[in-house]
Amino acid sequence: MANVTLRDVRKAYPNGFEAIKGVDVDVADGQFCVLVGPSGCGKSTLLRMVAGLETITSGEIDIGGRIVNQIEPADRDIAMVFQNYALYPHMSVYNNMAYGLRNRGMAKPEIDTRVQEAARVLELTPMLERKPRQLSGGQRQRVAMGRAIVRQPKVFLFDEPLSNLDAKLRIAMRVEIRKLQRRLKTTSIYVTHDQLEAMTLADILVVMNAGQVEQIGNPLDIYQKPATTFVAAFIGAPPMNLLPLRDAGLQLQGASGEAGILGIRPEDFQVSNGAVPSGGVALGLTVEAIERVGAETYVYGLRAQRDGEAAVSAKPGELPPGEILIRVPGQTGPAIGERITVAAPRDKLHLFSADGRQRIAL
Amino acid sequence: MVEQEGIQRYLAHVVLWIGIAIVAFPVYLAFIASTQDNAVIANGQMSLLPGGHFLETYYQTIFVGTSGSTREPVGSMMLNSLIMATLIAVGKIAISIISAYAIVYFRFPFRMAIFWVIFITLMLPVEVRIYPTYKIVADLHLLDSYAGLSLPLIASATATLLFRQFFMTVPDELLEASRIDGAGPFRFFWDTLLPLSRTNMAALFVILFILGWNQYLWPLLITTRDDMQTIQIGIRKMITTTDALTEWPIVMATAVLAMLPPVFVVVVMQRLFVRGLVETEK
Amino acid sequence: MQKQASFQSKLLPYALVAPQLAVVLIFFYWPAAQAVLQSFLLQDAFGLSTTFVWFDNYRELFSQPDYFAAVVRTFVFSFAIAFSSLSFALLLAVMADRPMRGGTIYRTLLIWPYAVAPPVVGVLWVFMLNPSLGILARGLRDMGVDWNPLLNGNQAALLVILAAAWKQISYNFLFFLAGLQSIPKSVIEAAAIDGARPMRRFWTVIFPLLSPTIFFLLVVNIVYAFFDTFGIIDTMTRGGPGTATQTLVYKVYVDGLLGGNLGGSAAQSVILMIIVILLTAVQFRFVERKVNY
Repeated sequence: MANVTLRDVRKAYPNGFEAIKGVDVDVADGQFCVLVGPSGCGKSTLLRMVAGLETITSGEIDIGGRIVNQIEPADRDIAMVFQNYALYPHMSVYNNMAYGLRNRGMAKPEIDTRVQEAARVLELTPMLERKPRQLSGGQRQRVAMGRAIVRQPKVFLFDEPLSNLDAKLRIAMRVEIRKLQRRLKTTSIYVTHDQLEAMTLADILVVMNAGQVEQIGNPLDIYQKPATTFVAAFIGAPPMNLLPLRDAGLQLQGASGEAGILGIRPEDFQVSNGAVPSGGVALGLTVEAIERVGAETYVYGLRAQRDGEAAVSAKPGELPPGEILIRVPGQTGPAIGERITVAAPRDKLHLFSADGRQRIAL
Repeated sequence: MVEQEGIQRYLAHVVLWIGIAIVAFPVYLAFIASTQDNAVIANGQMSLLPGGHFLETYYQTIFVGTSGSTREPVGSMMLNSLIMATLIAVGKIAISIISAYAIVYFRFPFRMAIFWVIFITLMLPVEVRIYPTYKIVADLHLLDSYAGLSLPLIASATATLLFRQFFMTVPDELLEASRIDGAGPFRFFWDTLLPLSRTNMAALFVILFILGWNQYLWPLLITTRDDMQTIQIGIRKMITTTDALTEWPIVMATAVLAMLPPVFVVVVMQRLFVRGLVETEK
Repeated sequence: MQKQASFQSKLLPYALVAPQLAVVLIFFYWPAAQAVLQSFLLQDAFGLSTTFVWFDNYRELFSQPDYFAAVVRTFVFSFAIAFSSLSFALLLAVMADRPMRGGTIYRTLLIWPYAVAPPVVGVLWVFMLNPSLGILARGLRDMGVDWNPLLNGNQAALLVILAAAWKQISYNFLFFLAGLQSIPKSVIEAAAIDGARPMRRFWTVIFPLLSPTIFFLLVVNIVYAFFDTFGIIDTMTRGGPGTATQTLVYKVYVDGLLGGNLGGSAAQSVILMIIVILLTAVQFRFVERKVNY
């Protein structure tokens, strides 16, 4: 059991590229910390630095009060679950799990106890004598976890362990991992690019982008109060609508003129009859497309354009400028081509500076 | 990993350089010897640095030959080797690629039998059947000819296997699209398959060329005339049993020259070569 | 084995395989068959009449201590060459497998010896270890070793083994490097996290996963030692002193050259054929079972 602290950790490659640009994270003992972000943001690199698989250019990594920068992975008392499981192909499931314990000179009977117990918990007992190539993806994943559990390390590290599983299995395993961690109370650091996984698993969530931490906090706090437009758009699906302030037609206190970016989540809109909630926002939309998924309906609407609009630029996966997405519960909703007004109350509004890097309180 | 830093890294470099030294030393020595004076060498006094006889030794080697066993200038021997190696490489590639094409892309009776017949030739190198092969070549009046030098060495399946494996990885859709476009077997082969096979052919060429260039036993047997000798035979004949007669600088110069073409090919076509090597052996 | 899509020509496929079949039949099967046939025959001293003697030639071979010695010698050489060449090549490959600057340069500098022909190898090594003027020979003498491979059979054998192993280093190195690079890095990392130090990692994870490559190379090296060393032997020792470096293939050559016993020479060839076929068959059967990751 131990906490993990990262102090101003940086990593630069010989060619000058800075993969990690100064990260501070504090994971308390027993907490489940999730590093989330798009591909290339550095989350895996950061995890591997904690593991000792990558070197640290500057800063400190502290595990259980001990600075581990120069300590080899073998001596850090950590265990890791890899994305492709990295099982030893030539060893049986039993030996895969026993390997780490043998390396530490543990006595045979104790090894056996631990391996059998882990196998029981993960429902691997009938497969102990099989080789990895005889197992399915889900089974291999469990063996990878078993290998980590038997070590009873100070910290668990997960590098996108569920990415290679099909959707259904992924959801089932997600729950299992969380339950397991709660039982074992081992400090865990988990890397994923899937914001849903991040939200459901994390005690403490670290949102990363381009080598930097965008925001750290409780998942729901981050959801309700994203610190930057990046976090706002990344966390929560469907993604938050971001629009230039002046389009909303609202004089907001504290906003510097008409610069600034307004964020409103799709589920925070109501189809209104034209009334503008006090301090809130109303937008006129022409319905462009409708997606009914059963429990709810997504309505894509086009805002009335303004001349010379310098819209928030659309990145892949985002709505093109001028388009708003709202979510309506149930299966009814407006028809295509219909002109509707949608409104959001003030307490559901998010305001950011023009560069998107700061949250402005309303 | 953290532990990769520091001493382990230097150790790796050191070991590698020792390996390179061991591998390069004999050749370096040969080069040095080829630039020194014979008397000095014969006395065992040779230094480790190049001497001054580079130009004259190499000139003599290439154009004149030794005064001892063979009067054949190395230049002409290298030409023989070049012709033989090229014939082998090109010949083998040519007959193998069309064979593989037939076996993979056609259905016909005895297809599998023919494949196995060709496949089994992988097993026996020429050294195992030298005397009967010699008799046959002699009976065909192919002694002392380029054909006789090359044909028996073309008779093995490595290239066919490689092409077959490669063709198996070519998507069926290509053939189907080709057919829809009205292409028959020839067009498909010439327009589609052949361009795709270019890298494989190049890699094979490198390997086969080296193989052909380095052939020794077979050319030894079937060449009787001095002017048909390959350079490998030449170099062998220069080493006589009595040291006193061996003109070491010329011998070493010949060795260096004998190594140049294949080494050059390997170094320049390194990536292709490595790939071809790894592929043919699977 | 067969593609789904194929052509339906009747005659064309035969035309396409004809050249290779012709060459193969004339220059491979016919001589091989001849060799087998001849091994069952006995020619009289003048080459005038031949009699079919079944396995007499073979029996005679096996009763010759000379032949038996050659068999043993060849196997000993093979294993010595294979073992020394493989170990050194493995060491180099392991060192070169790290991510390091100049990786390609190392590879280039280590693979070119593949291109050196056996006779040239022989010449190079003879030069270095020639008793009177070889540089290494001088060094050996300075160390008090009485170095004379022209007279000492064991030293001659050592000479051949060294030269042959030297030549094979780059080939083995290449394959080992490829084999090492096909092991997923994450498995090695997992082993490191599991508490295994570099040496332990090597013996418990890397070496087992490399075993298909090792096995393959072992067979290749043995076949190489059986046959490709001909050029080395012919330039260095010519089988001598006496028969100290006479391997099976060299014996076939010498016995055939001296003429006379064509049957015996053919029998030797056939035995060699069988050995090679066995080795290759073993290799195919075992190497085909690849390790899946």
